[in-house]
Amino acid sequence: MRKYLLKRVFYMILTLFLVATITFFLMKLMPGTPYSNQEKMTPHQIQIMNEQYGLNKPIWMQYLLYLLGMLHGDLGTSFQFSNQPVSYLISSRIGASAQLGIQAMIFGIFFGVIVGSIAAINRNTWIDTTSTVLSIIGKSVPNFVLAVLLQYYIALKLGWFPIADWGGFSYTILPTIALGVGPLAETARFIRTGMVDVLNSDYIELAKSKGLSRFGIVYHHALRNSLIPLVTLIGPYTVALMTGSMVIENIFSIPGIGEQFVKSILTNDYPTIMGVTMLFSAGLVAVILLTDIIYGIIDPRIRLSGNED
Amino acid sequence: MAERILDVKNLEINFHTYAGDVKAIRDVSFHLNKGETLAIVGESGSGKSVTTKSLMGLLANNAEVMGGSIMYHGKDILKNSEKQMQNIRGKEIAMIFQDPMTSLDPTMKIGQQIAEPLIKHKKIEKKKAWAQALDILKLVGITNAEERIKDYPHQFSGGQRQRIVIAIALVCYPEILIADEPTTALDVTIQAQILQLMKELQSKIETSIIFITHDLGVVAGMADRVAVMYAGQIVEYGTVDEIFYNPQHPYTWGLLNSMPTLTSTTLEAIPGTPPDLLDPPKGDAFAARNPYAMKIDVEQKPPFFKVSDTHYAATWLLHPDAPKVTPPKEIVRRHQLFAKMTAHESV
Repeated sequence: MRKYLLKRVFYMILTLFLVATITFFLMKLMPGTPYSNQEKMTPHQIQIMNEQYGLNKPIWMQYLLYLLGMLHGDLGTSFQFSNQPVSYLISSRIGASAQLGIQAMIFGIFFGVIVGSIAAINRNTWIDTTSTVLSIIGKSVPNFVLAVLLQYYIALKLGWFPIADWGGFSYTILPTIALGVGPLAETARFIRTGMVDVLNSDYIELAKSKGLSRFGIVYHHALRNSLIPLVTLIGPYTVALMTGSMVIENIFSIPGIGEQFVKSILTNDYPTIMGVTMLFSAGLVAVILLTDIIYGIIDPRIRLSGNED
Repeated sequence: MAERILDVKNLEINFHTYAGDVKAIRDVSFHLNKGETLAIVGESGSGKSVTTKSLMGLLANNAEVMGGSIMYHGKDILKNSEKQMQNIRGKEIAMIFQDPMTSLDPTMKIGQQIAEPLIKHKKIEKKKAWAQALDILKLVGITNAEERIKDYPHQFSGGQRQRIVIAIALVCYPEILIADEPTTALDVTIQAQILQLMKELQSKIETSIIFITHDLGVVAGMADRVAVMYAGQIVEYGTVDEIFYNPQHPYTWGLLNSMPTLTSTTLEAIPGTPPDLLDPPKGDAFAARNPYAMKIDVEQKPPFFKVSDTHYAATWLLHPDAPKVTPPKEIVRRHQLFAKMTAHESV
């Protein structure tokens, strides 16, 4: 198992290195410069700025310097956000984004599993049909539309929750729902399909023949086996939540990374783009590793082959 | 006379499908004596499995019992609620399934899978249940049971898994054990071991067995009595000797004739296919495939004719007015053997 983990960590680092390289050069291909008011600057001023930020060096040199800095934990200095170090920008904003993402993930998966299971148990009844229709709506309505609807009806009209801003749990509820409904719908569809298969399997027939109750069969036998395929979705969910949160954070004025990322791209703030990209990538590869470990926990058949590796 | 533990009378089961109602079980009656093994034999789709599922109350959602009764301890279990059936299942009537590779939960330790019925029915705590699970695991012949009880199904071979399935079925010492083709999915060598094991356990646990199979070879060694099913009906039943050596129904002849023997050079088969039970034939369902069929076979369903106290067959050939026919050579040989056997007994 340790050997396996070491191997996986090595590949993770390799992946991140490739992401850094590709992003770095792609970024340099983007049109425009970091200076928003270039026409008002003299060539001399631009030269001084370029020297200060190292933009006058050849690109390969800038690339090597960036990698070197990254090894020391130095992600450079933001061009836009009051010359703060990128690492500080990220660390001061990651809390809100992470909280929102994790809450949305838990909300989506938890309720998705419940809805999907109920649909599967009552398959081909009106309950199943209703859940299917709702899932399709939940999956096809973009989360920013849902966000605005929630803001208008729940927050403004009913006044149950704050409309926007960030300051305590009640502020997180609407953005969590807006962000989590997509994964919820997808989970419900996935669990429904998986559980219908599982409920038709021989071992469920055997569980019935033991005299277990309907609930006991679903809880002890069907659920765990239906969860296995769901683990595959955690990776894609993470991506969806990361990109989704960029929009949602803007709508709800949440001081998170997503909001910052959008601004940094619009202003060619190279170090911030790089920093956030690297953070997202690191998050994603970590989640993929985590997914494989969770697989092993849920499914004993995979656990064994992991040991043999 | 032996005590009847289960008495099925005039059972009728339909399956509702888009094409119409499939009459899967048509007027089936049989009984099970205490401590005996009854084999129900027939080809795929003859209704063997449906019959036994109705005993467990595990019929598919689109199945409906149209009539009849299943008396168990003086009560008709067809009238039981789901809750009452849950208390019978696994405790009084247990089942062994066909394919051990798919009938165990892949994500649960086998110890827990064996302990589950105990926890449910005997209301004992997990630790005690596991201790009893260990005992039964040893009983079914899993070596190193102390270690292996914590393993998962994929860590066992097919034969071992079937032993575990048997352990699950027997852990509450059920009165009736239904074995639905328990050896069909296994290697021939393993088959013999599992059958041997079931016989041993039957005497230890004193359970009655309903043995479902399409393999007559298995029946000979296992059963006390045999019921032959065809197209949702029982066509002949009797003791194992009567069915094997004095068969009367042409379908039973066909089945026995298609069993390869040491001297046979060709494989015999029954021509044709079973009738469509969406629209079952009016007369004898086997008439269309029956080389000995008479006009009346097509027109009128034959009643059961008594051959002996224990042996009945539903074929017009047993009617006093029926012409004498000569069965296939192999069956004639068997009838001669039977005549010798009964002659010996009467001496």
